[in-house]
Amino acid sequence: MMKTCLIVDDSSIVRRLASKLLEEIGFECTQAEDGQQALDACKVKMPDVMLLDWNMPVMNGIDCLKTLRAFPGGEDIKIIFCSTHSEMAQIQEALEAGADEYIMKPFDRDILKTKFRQVGVL
Amino acid sequence: MNLHPQDFLLFVDVLRRESGLVLDPGQEYLLKSRLMPVADRHGVDNLEGIAREIRMGSPDMLRDVVEAMSTHETSFFRDLLPFRQLQDKVLPALMRTRDDKALRIWSAGCASGQEAYSLAMLLHDMGIAHQGWKYDILATDISHQVLEKAKAARYTAFEAQRGVPAPTLLRHFTRMDEQWAVKPHIRDAVKFRQLNLLDGAGHLGRFDLILCRNVLIYFDAATRLSVLSDLRSCLNRDGVLLLGAAETPPAEAAGLKLLDGVMGGYVRGGGE
Ligand SMILES: C[S@@+](CC[C@H](N)C(=O)[O-])C[C@H]1O[C@@H](n2cnc3c(N)ncnc32)[C@H](O)[C@@H]1O
Repeated sequence: MMKTCLIVDDSSIVRRLASKLLEEIGFECTQAEDGQQALDACKVKMPDVMLLDWNMPVMNGIDCLKTLRAFPGGEDIKIIFCSTHSEMAQIQEALEAGADEYIMKPFDRDILKTKFRQVGVL
Repeated sequence: MNLHPQDFLLFVDVLRRESGLVLDPGQEYLLKSRLMPVADRHGVDNLEGIAREIRMGSPDMLRDVVEAMSTHETSFFRDLLPFRQLQDKVLPALMRTRDDKALRIWSAGCASGQEAYSLAMLLHDMGIAHQGWKYDILATDISHQVLEKAKAARYTAFEAQRGVPAPTLLRHFTRMDEQWAVKPHIRDAVKFRQLNLLDGAGHLGRFDLILCRNVLIYFDAATRLSVLSDLRSCLNRDGVLLLGAAETPPAEAAGLKLLDGVMGGYVRGGGE
């Protein structure tokens, strides 16, 4: 069965690009525009992996991540942060909040592939 | 403008002799796209001008042509699996047989250093130094240009992310301006040195582990065999040679045999 990825980003351009690249490497993708939408989607069906932006309206990535980790089954999902923030302290904060990996934007197919392999969903 | 056949042949000859690179008929386009910047740098008009300077014996031109024609593509923890195998199988096995607690490792054809620094990070994170182990990592390449970059040990976010896991990035790199610099405890574990593999490597001494990945694939069969034989003679008796997983080298002819359970891994075959 195809692995599923939920792409969470308020930019439709990023969502579209990530979804295209991830579909090419074999994922079934769904999208959410902010943290709250992502949580709602997870209540219906937990994806295998989530690509999660930081700054978003309604609910940001860090809050979404923390809430999700407390869900039943929310421990198992792999979460790859994907943000323009690229200071060491910010990467550290995301990892401490429970992210499995971190991508500094901009990214390309190679970077997605490596990170998805590193967290073991590819 | 088209390349004169005799100029094309000159490039084919020079590249084979100098670096082992095989250029096939029909690869004129590759010559053009990679050598036009060299022509600009040297203030000559075109490839004909480059050929003329090579015929006149210009060592600078020769060096720049060889560098420009090589592929320096690489990344940290490239292909991932080989590094997992090193950690889980190869290194523990080597460590079981060494009473002197010393390992010599060589990254042959290291390009801009990512492979060698990946090894240094791996060994550091395995914590073997705390168990009294010492290790030397030597990294060599024919290209001065890539070695400069390797020694500088600074990478773009793009290069760093292509392979370095985020927790490893935080442990072993610092951010400097827009770049990621390898921290001294990793950087200082690697020594870089210029070396053309066609010139032999006996003077380097023997190694417990040699990585020569994605280098031999650019050579013709005869060159591949002779370099492979040289690498073999640089291996300690139970040392391991790691090639790229998809490479199909003339291992047996070079006196090597496959290492069970390690993709791309070889050890010395029978005989001396
Ligand atoms: C594609 S890179 C591979 C880098 C690294 N080993 C890896 O697998 O990612 C090949 C490198 O081999 C070097 N090379 C090519 N011919 C060589 C020669 N005759 N002697 C030494 N290095 C050579 C090139 O300069 C280049 O940096």
